[in-house]
Amino acid sequence: MAERSFKAEVEHLRKGDGDVFTGEGILAITKALLENGVGYVGGYQGAPISHLMDVLADAEELMGELGVRFEANASEAAAAAMLAASVHYPIRGAVTFKGPVGVNVASDALANLCSSGVNGGALIIVGEDYGEGSSIMQERSHGFAMKSQFWMLDPRPNLPSITKAVKDGFELSEASNTPVMLMVRIRSCHVTGSFETRDNVPPPLSVKEAIANPQSDFNRVVLPPMSYVHEQDKIKNRWPAAEKFIMENGLNEVFGPKDAKLGIVVQGGMYNGVIRALQRLGLADVYGQSEIPIYCLNVTYPIVRDEFDAFCAGKDHVLVVEEGQPEHIEQMLGNFLYKAGAKLKLYGKDVLPMAGEYTGQVMLDGVTAFLKKAAPDMLPGQVRAPNQEAPAIPDLSKTVPIRPPGFCTGCPERPIFAGMKLVEQELGKHQITGDIGCHLFGSLPPFEIGGATMGYGLGPAANAAFDGGGERRAISMLGDGGFWHNGLSSSIGNMVFNKSDNVVVIVDNYYSAATGGQDVLSSRAHNDTKATNNPISAALKGVGVEWIRQIDHTYDVGKVRDTVREALTTHFKGPKVIVASSECMLNKQRREKPIRNKAIKEGRRVDVPRFGVDADVCTGDHACIRLSGCPSLSLKRLDDPLRDDPIAHIDQTCVGCGNCGEVADAAVLCPSFYRADVVHNPGGFETWRAGLRARVIGWLQRRRDARRVRMQDAPA
Amino acid sequence: MNMVLPRKTPDARVAQITKLAVMAVGGQGGGVLTSWIEVVARAQGYSCQATSVAGVSQRTGATIYYVEMIEGVDRQPVFALAPSAGDVDVLIAAEMMEVGRAIIRGFVTPDRTVLIGSTHRALAVSEKTMPGDGIADADEVKAAAEIAAQQLILADMDRLAVDQGSVISASLFGALAGSGALPFPREAYEDAIRASGKGVDASLRAFAAGFDTARNGDTPEEEPEDTPPLELVGPAREMGKWQALVARTESLPKPVQEMARAGLMKVVDFQDCAYGGQYLDRLEQIIARDEAAQSWALSTAAAKYIANAMAYDDIIRVADLKTRQPRLTRIRAEMGAGEANLVELTEFFHPRAEEIASLMPAGMGARWEANPKRMALLNRLFSKGRRLRTHTLRSFVMLHFLGGLKNYRMKTRRHEVEAAHLDAWLSDSLAVLESDYALAVEMVKNRRLIKGYSDTHARGLTKFGTVMGAAALLEGREDAADWMRRLREAALQDPDGTALEGALKTVRSFV
Repeated sequence: MAERSFKAEVEHLRKGDGDVFTGEGILAITKALLENGVGYVGGYQGAPISHLMDVLADAEELMGELGVRFEANASEAAAAAMLAASVHYPIRGAVTFKGPVGVNVASDALANLCSSGVNGGALIIVGEDYGEGSSIMQERSHGFAMKSQFWMLDPRPNLPSITKAVKDGFELSEASNTPVMLMVRIRSCHVTGSFETRDNVPPPLSVKEAIANPQSDFNRVVLPPMSYVHEQDKIKNRWPAAEKFIMENGLNEVFGPKDAKLGIVVQGGMYNGVIRALQRLGLADVYGQSEIPIYCLNVTYPIVRDEFDAFCAGKDHVLVVEEGQPEHIEQMLGNFLYKAGAKLKLYGKDVLPMAGEYTGQVMLDGVTAFLKKAAPDMLPGQVRAPNQEAPAIPDLSKTVPIRPPGFCTGCPERPIFAGMKLVEQELGKHQITGDIGCHLFGSLPPFEIGGATMGYGLGPAANAAFDGGGERRAISMLGDGGFWHNGLSSSIGNMVFNKSDNVVVIVDNYYSAATGGQDVLSSRAHNDTKATNNPISAALKGVGVEWIRQIDHTYDVGKVRDTVREALTTHFKGPKVIVASSECMLNKQRREKPIRNKAIKEGRRVDVPRFGVDADVCTGDHACIRLSGCPSLSLKRLDDPLRDDPIAHIDQTCVGCGNCGEVADAAVLCPSFYRADVVHNPGGFETWRAGLRARVIGWLQRRRDARRVRMQDAPA
Repeated sequence: MNMVLPRKTPDARVAQITKLAVMAVGGQGGGVLTSWIEVVARAQGYSCQATSVAGVSQRTGATIYYVEMIEGVDRQPVFALAPSAGDVDVLIAAEMMEVGRAIIRGFVTPDRTVLIGSTHRALAVSEKTMPGDGIADADEVKAAAEIAAQQLILADMDRLAVDQGSVISASLFGALAGSGALPFPREAYEDAIRASGKGVDASLRAFAAGFDTARNGDTPEEEPEDTPPLELVGPAREMGKWQALVARTESLPKPVQEMARAGLMKVVDFQDCAYGGQYLDRLEQIIARDEAAQSWALSTAAAKYIANAMAYDDIIRVADLKTRQPRLTRIRAEMGAGEANLVELTEFFHPRAEEIASLMPAGMGARWEANPKRMALLNRLFSKGRRLRTHTLRSFVMLHFLGGLKNYRMKTRRHEVEAAHLDAWLSDSLAVLESDYALAVEMVKNRRLIKGYSDTHARGLTKFGTVMGAAALLEGREDAADWMRRLREAALQDPDGTALEGALKTVRSFV
């Protein structure tokens, strides 16, 4: 079960002709898929399109009614490969994953798909994880379209444009026998708005029907000599067909006055940013009606040369707004202009930065810089000669601490890293690689465990250079998500085959947790449509790992520490794999809290644990925090003139995971932690026994207090 | 070259777009708040667009939500997807340092921004891990907010919500309504909460609290001013001795008295009145060498740190504190346990050979400590995690017994070590008193470095030794005291003493 449920929203996907849908971009895309007769959908989760996978999963019933097949693919490569169904069959298929890392993984299948060409419309919906909020390296997916010759849509970021792009994408794909990538940026995925819906359309040919009449054609197989034919086909037939379709159907848009000496060429996804800059300069109205002509590329690849030439006719200055690097579009346009011997001046990465997100300020500065050169008269006086002094606001950059993401309260991964930190204190620093997933937060303070990440499921593979052995064994982290995505073969299989002597710690939190808690093969929950409960340890045995240690309760820091120590020091030669399993606390709380509250209400006995710190025992050295970093374990300043430093304090968001006590014990920290179990609806005997204990304890306390001077009872 | 287009008047409607950003810490419910705002705006006939950044930043990291809205449009306006510096009308920050981050990013400007911020702190990891005090200065952020915002609403929105059994998104929503930044009636906001259908009553109460705070200003948490300061209590015979000690403090120089009283209470609570007498003896010796011209800085520091040194953290103290009567009452309150609930307690002890030996009679303890074989034996016998269920009689009685060993304490190895350490520290510090008063004060203050238990305590002792040892390098320099202070602060920056090592290197480079 994913972290966020779309069950309620999914009902809106049933809307028909003339209705209005209001909601998030992700849902709008799903609705558009159904309206356009998609036959199968799939993908792999990852921000910013995780929720698209969640919506599809929650909409499985509706899709079933329409005869649409949904597959939660094992990886992006698997998702892209699924589009093979559209090679021979006239069935529309769509898959989704994040870009560019997901596209990296998918690129093998994508390249083959593009060579073969498609018969049914093939749409790849990529959530481009670039700019603020991104969790990956800053690159573009654009280059993949250029090298494999598939087409790239980058619609304006509003729901009508995005949903239209789904329709256009399928049609363009079919018209040019080429897969189409629909790129949506981080904020477009979650932008809200409205669009007019149409009836859902069942696929004219469903996958179930298609398989009754299997088709094959060796001309579509990527083997010589057909592969040479494919390349020629891409250039001679598919590309011109695409250009023709784009022009005839007006996929790109031109806004603003017809005749002007200057203009702006913009990626569709950047359109709102450009308009906002123009609005702030008084050059566009609230609806985006601009005083400067705009050529909006809803299709960013291929660039239709005739359209571009027509836009440039009569212009002296053209600005290209293209986010990210390299500046593929600008290079191509410059190439067109140079070869045509054009005189017009092309601006782009000279007035706008080559690298980094085009934020509001960057866009305003860039457009202003362009206008200063191209048409200074158009700029408001204020911009030409600023005379207003900016008020001096104190610089807080040294005061405000950075706040990178980290482990949630009660996260079961925290004690794994605490245990590893203890081993590090004992045996010294080891070569450690991280992997993709929440566990990568272990590379940040306070743990600082792991120094590299090479890709999903590639943690152990990233230590392969050290597989030959040496004085100290190398350790690799791997998540359950990464394990099933790619790790089993590329990492574990690689280690077994190469007789690695290194150590792997598999962090098994029962979900693909970082992407929003989707199920994976080893998830413990029952799932009606997916096969879960396939243990990781069984898979490890299957590929030939002999030294396997299963830890079923990661909060046992001592056991984690001892197991890691054993793996590092044992005489056993060969890969050593520790599977550390405990459920993602975010998901566990979401599941258990309502059940617990209900039980308390119904009068059943419930034991709720939480941790606390004795303020007078804690000395304020913060050693416990350096082995935790839990959001609920924080600091408190005491109103005591004798104390200099704030002391540890556990707030009420504590979920009683047990890490604090375990760490205090395993690291021999201090006795200030205590666990308090509040027993709701205790039984009769229990209550009687507790009363008896209280009487004896009270007598002992009074007896001692009668003989000594002591601090008076603090007011409660 | 430059062409001229017919210039039109800028569209006045552009200025009517309201731009609202929410800066939050992942997990605070920023998404809920954003969707409420959207619902209100749409219900009031506004065209509205919201965006967010879902991703790993929502795992406890800083994250941002953005809303734009405008009234009375017949077509879809073009809204931006992210806030721009200098172009935000309402900025809601769900934590004090996020207020600061909003200001740094230029989202709060005096010409337009209504800033609604929560003053509570969710400490960042970097603030918490420092062995010293690494908490960022919220007052600096507040001062900047007062300059940067056009209208400022600052209050502990988290407390307002938690007090009502709700979460911060609801109180912030109330504050937004109360701020008047958006032209919507209160009922419209409340309808949005009702429409969401989850935890409605608690949310509405928190909403009201936020609303009132925005309207009437923050009502600060009631200061416990009328509650008297903590006092010592006990049987009449002992209280007589205590009063005599208190009387002695009255003859101390005025500026020292407060700290001396606090120190005396701590020491007597730790042991007994006789021990309190020893504390005052030590202090009076130092006062005799101090003078009013120095504002009694040395004596005040000594009053504080001698008390801390004398009330060292041994097993007996911990056991005593853990078995006192008020503790359970305090814990029950903290855990929100009601009359009908039972509270069961688990304590986490991990005694090592060092702790066991330190509890032995001084001579015996010293012998055992010097004998690695015996220490190994102790470790085999005792060193393991012990979870004491102190609500049960067996565990309670054991701790109660340990906590009652005060009469024996003065004979233990630990006491011998602590007393020797205390004497050495004071005599080292006072040795430089005649030549450099300020340096002596700083050396007294170095006692702050000793804290924690077991390894942490040992590391603290090492750092203390290193810093104190630097006196030999610094003595005679005009800035000796200043460097001593810097070394101490460096020692408090990280656990491994990396910063201290660097600071020492600098010191060595100029001596």
